[in-house]
Amino acid sequence: MSDSAPTAGDTRRLAKEARDRVRFEEEALQLSEQVYRVARRMVSSREEAEDLVQQTYERAFRSWRQYTPGTNLRAWLLRILTNLNIDRGRRQQRSPQTTPLDNEAGDYFLYNKLESQVTGENPDEERVLERLSQDSIVDALAEVPHDFRDAIVLVDIGEFSYADTAQILDIPIGTVMSRLHRGRRILKKNLADGVPT
Amino acid sequence: MIDWCDKCEEMMQPFLDGALSDHEVAEAEGHLEKCSWCARRYRFEERLRHYVRVAVSEPMPADLKAKLAALRTPL
Repeated sequence: MSDSAPTAGDTRRLAKEARDRVRFEEEALQLSEQVYRVARRMVSSREEAEDLVQQTYERAFRSWRQYTPGTNLRAWLLRILTNLNIDRGRRQQRSPQTTPLDNEAGDYFLYNKLESQVTGENPDEERVLERLSQDSIVDALAEVPHDFRDAIVLVDIGEFSYADTAQILDIPIGTVMSRLHRGRRILKKNLADGVPT
Repeated sequence: MIDWCDKCEEMMQPFLDGALSDHEVAEAEGHLEKCSWCARRYRFEERLRHYVRVAVSEPMPADLKAKLAALRTPL
């Protein structure tokens, strides 16, 4: 008699595992649009973003057992993506990004500059905002150093909480907050610098 | 003496993120009620965040969606 003949218990367990895996893969795929939107702004080109998302899903589908059902799957996928992005950065030996201590201004700096270019006293915010083009925003974000940009992309674009962002980036919540606040100021300074005078 | 406009500028990001204490929120709101100069800048920041989110959102290419679906484990 063979030892390897599956018992009824084995069959049930395998069937359950197959169902769990299918459910996991379906849920992960439903989040792919959101994962791509974040990835696209973490890297500089569409091709890089596509590669990164593909690698993320390959790894996620391989390691699906490590995901705890009921926890935040989108954050779990983004954690994989962030780790892959860091590994890739190291492989490509990118030049280290310097912290632009001199490239900051206060939070009102951008508004003050834009408002001074709009005619009429106390213009409404929409008219001030119209001074910025979509392309200028994409460029200004791309120029924010990546540590700061990742925090902005996760919180302001991906709409992750501080706590989820801290987990994804593997840094303390306080560091998320300081990178986010400084990153937004750098972004606004970049936007202000791009506005013709 | 406290310069409330400077303080309000410092509090703007955590205020809009909902990260201030109740006491700090009351301080900021108290100033914003009296100071239209700061209030305009707060409203602008809120609109800017939305504008940035929309401006940088790029839909996923359709062929990538198909490539990801192909990665699923065959049944």
